Amino acid sequence: MSIDSVFVHKMWNDVELSKMVAGGIPFPMLSDAGGKVGAAFGVYDDQAGVETRGRFIIDPDGVIQGYEILTPPVGRNIDETLRQVQAFQLVRASKGTEATPSGWRPGKMTLKPSPDLVGRVWEVWKTDMAFD
Amino acid sequence: MPEEMKVGCARPTGGPVGEGPAAPATSPSTPTAPAKEVSPMIMVGRKAPDFAAPAYHQGQFVSVKLSEYLGKWVLLCFYPGDFTFV
Repeated sequence: MSIDSVFVHKMWNDVELSKMVAGGIPFPMLSDAGGKVGAAFGVYDDQAGVETRGRFIIDPDGVIQGYEILTPPVGRNIDETLRQVQAFQLVRASKGTEATPSGWRPGKMTLKPSPDLVGRVWEVWKTDMAFD
Repeated sequence: MPEEMKVGCARPTGGPVGEGPAAPATSPSTPTAPAKEVSPMIMVGRKAPDFAAPAYHQGQFVSVKLSEYLGKWVLLCFYPGDFTFV
């Protein structure tokens, strides 16, 4: 979503993005002329008249599970976004009985919070696991 | 499913839906706090504000509403502008 019109979105897709992504952009390219939606999400910069690089993870109930907002010159890391979505999906599937520690990726150990785990996370989770 | 839009010269725009303007909490005579729009607070664990917006999708101009995606995971991304560099 940006403040550009749908016509500009079409041209950007047709002229440039379709040369990067075969078949063009697969998802809807939303237009927010005036920035009203961006303002509702706290990402519209009314001085610059553009939207900042906001990214929101919204779950199937419409609840915001996470967000990230960057100033324009730095691009996002899609791998990290997808990792977060996978983590939120796992937590949701477990109905909140599992949690993903720092550095979790699909296949790695999760934590099952319980009275027995209090004060004993150090026995099962090592700091190396945040980086491997 | 997003509904197709008519293409015209008027530039369509979108905006938040639901929740009408909040009822004024203070009487006009109250000298405190100049009337400034308070944007709803975005917070993790809370509902995303619903909105409708025009969109370009696979060759068509459509109208997309966030609440149409209930039941699915959504990544909503904002960016400064088409044809910018990053």
